[in-house]
Amino acid sequence: MKKTGPGRITFRAIKNLFKKPATTSYAGKGKPCVEKKYRGRICYDKTDCINCGLCMRDCPTGALKIINEGTKEDKKLKAVLNVGHCIFCCQCVDSCMKKCLTYSQDIDFATTNKADLTVEL
Amino acid sequence: MSENISNNNKIVLPIGPQHPSLDEPGRFDITLEGEKVVNAVVGVGYNHRGLEKVCESKNYIQDLYIIERVCGICSHSHSTAFCMAVEELAGVTVPQRAEYIRVVVAELERLHSHLLWLGVACHEIGFDTMFMYTWRDREKVLDVLATVGGNRVNYGINTIGGVRRDFNETINSEILKTVDSLEEDIKRYLEIAMTETTLISRLKSKGKLSHEDALKYGAVGPVARAAGIAIDIRVTEPYGAYKEIPVNVITDTNEDVYGRTAVRILEMQESINIIRYCINNMPEGTLTVKVPRRIPAGEVIVRVEAPRGEDIHYLRSNGTDIPDRVRVRAPTEANWHGMKHMLKGGNLADVPITIAAIDPCYSCTDRAIVISSEKNTEVMDWRGLRRYGIDWYKKQNIDLTSLKIKEV
Amino acid sequence: MIEFLKILCKLFIFPGFLFLSVYSFLLDFLDRKLYARMQNRVGPPWYQPLADFLKLIGKKTIIPADANAVIFSVMPLVSLAAVTVGFIYLPVLGKEAIFSFSGDFVIVLYLLAIPPLAAFLAGWYSRAVYSTIGATRILTQMFAYEVPLFISVLAPTLIAGTWSITELTGFYAAHPLYIFINLPVAITALISFQCKLERAPFDSPEAETEIVSGALVEYSGRLLAFFKLAHNCELLFVISLFSAIYLPFMTGIIWVDFILYIVKTLFILLLLILMRVTMARIEINNTLNFCWKYLAPVTLGQVILNLLLRGVL
Repeated sequence: MKKTGPGRITFRAIKNLFKKPATTSYAGKGKPCVEKKYRGRICYDKTDCINCGLCMRDCPTGALKIINEGTKEDKKLKAVLNVGHCIFCCQCVDSCMKKCLTYSQDIDFATTNKADLTVEL
Repeated sequence: MSENISNNNKIVLPIGPQHPSLDEPGRFDITLEGEKVVNAVVGVGYNHRGLEKVCESKNYIQDLYIIERVCGICSHSHSTAFCMAVEELAGVTVPQRAEYIRVVVAELERLHSHLLWLGVACHEIGFDTMFMYTWRDREKVLDVLATVGGNRVNYGINTIGGVRRDFNETINSEILKTVDSLEEDIKRYLEIAMTETTLISRLKSKGKLSHEDALKYGAVGPVARAAGIAIDIRVTEPYGAYKEIPVNVITDTNEDVYGRTAVRILEMQESINIIRYCINNMPEGTLTVKVPRRIPAGEVIVRVEAPRGEDIHYLRSNGTDIPDRVRVRAPTEANWHGMKHMLKGGNLADVPITIAAIDPCYSCTDRAIVISSEKNTEVMDWRGLRRYGIDWYKKQNIDLTSLKIKEV
Repeated sequence: MIEFLKILCKLFIFPGFLFLSVYSFLLDFLDRKLYARMQNRVGPPWYQPLADFLKLIGKKTIIPADANAVIFSVMPLVSLAAVTVGFIYLPVLGKEAIFSFSGDFVIVLYLLAIPPLAAFLAGWYSRAVYSTIGATRILTQMFAYEVPLFISVLAPTLIAGTWSITELTGFYAAHPLYIFINLPVAITALISFQCKLERAPFDSPEAETEIVSGALVEYSGRLLAFFKLAHNCELLFVISLFSAIYLPFMTGIIWVDFILYIVKTLFILLLLILMRVTMARIEINNTLNFCWKYLAPVTLGQVILNLLLRGVL
């Protein structure tokens, strides 16, 4: 049994006084940086999209909507994402057969207006 | 206050639903005689989310992400259990490489969960410096998990039939580097836990749950292992890659909070060994196997060792792409039953650390309950509840009738 | 007239109330900043304590229906007044306090006991279950530290043979070597002061994770602001008292002595922070045990030693 006593972390605490803090001040100091493989907001490239609807079917929260504004032959596709509902699982990216969907490292969506949460991709 | 103090000088102290020592809403009515706890009433049910019902209305792939969000900390354990259940029903075998990746993530998750617990426990006993240090070191694990999975807590690495992301050389070396630096930290924690007098005096012989009682109340995980019960699903009923990986069960004979702390710290060391073994012996191969969308009818029970203990998933399928019944039994539910026993006889100062020592996860545990007692009870739907609320406030001379709430 | 204005200036501006509150805000900031830096955090900016105070002043004050409104609203001021009055007997600028007479030591010790009692009454008359437990814990803790604290503060007076703080400081400043005789009680006094200030590891009266914030749980707005201010001032008061009794090194030049005073207070603050950083909260019954088992015998031994030495010196 080792000898016990109070104040075992005193030296470590004093040492920390001369070290850089592990935290940084976030408020008003620019954007957060995340890892390269971090799953952020999804991106949509409509050139290859065949409007199969697999992404919408697998989305757990129904946040993603691919809307065809044109006719069946002359497609005018657009993707609408509600980032308030999105849980950033990126299952839609996995489900997409044509690789139209990718994810970015964009994670900062805070807003005071609820309508701003619905974005067109 | 008058209703809280009865005639014989007993005070009923409400801890919760909102209290600084609770991470989530839960309620503990502690009856005090001076500083001594003479009785405790454990109340859960403040955090019901209807997860199981939601799962029964969505398809298997959607369910995976809902199941992953049962618990913020042991998310991977829940999703592994669900995946294993679906794979079992579909009758597919997951590639070996995927199994190994699942194990590495599971052990990284155990590291971050135990570090989180250590911090919370230190905070409960007023040792905020250790709390900050452990959480600082936990960031290393979270950074690695973000690189591996793409998120800090809900990694989303599992998919039905395998894993979604592969490991490569850079990730392997990053994991090994993190694990090496964590090993140093863990050694330090162990030394502090064994030598710091104030820490020991707050942990030793608090929240006693003896070997017999642990068996009686059906404790699982570190709580049971601290009482000397060598129960660990990774060893007693190995699943996935654990069939090939050597795992030691860490037990302790202290039967108290101190034992639970020691078990958790030593388990972190064991997790590090497992991670090293997996990285060095990872087989090559594919990541996923094709699983049909419609799962054949049948039912299955899967057990997984989550950081908090044994996690049980029950799944019944009716042949469609939507499950018929999903049941999740989080580890906390098994440990709740001994809580009253652990709290009784202690001091008020021991209550927060005793509650924290089982690493409770309130919202993972809460399911819908219908209380049927002798008294006049009734079951209300949302509208009835709203009407009741308006009537109740009317009696207090507050008129809420004009308030517009969206009808559900 | 000029004399009168001078005294007023001393009482309210320097080194009286204004200096006390401003410097105590600064000490509170240093306390929080160093505490954070030792925990590897960034910590608050320098104006944080003042900002907290001003914000609380602007908030609505709620007095619970069950509470005794008079005691509830008077107690913060009683606490603040006791500390402010006590501070004028302490030497800040040089070795002379603003006021002193031959028995001011006893007055200061009595005033020192008032803030915890005020907190106790405030908690007890809040009529809430957490504050009741907090209030009982305050009294229990007082019972633990009061005797070791009084004896360890009074032991140095036995050698000096005076009951006036100014004279005591003067005596030890003239005989600096005698200070080292009192080293054991200096340590016990430091621990008892920590206990008195209800800082970790002796913070069970306001243990956040057990009884939310103890006796002051029902306080809000302006009343809480004054309690906080009183607590900050109490910290400075206690530190100044400690430096006057146990570290009375003086040069005789008034402004150098003032700088010395600042250095001494910062040093004592650092010791108090270190104690707060490195230990877990001690249970109230263990605090009692510790104070009576270890602190009280040491102080009593010192009293006997000092009595013997007084005959020799």
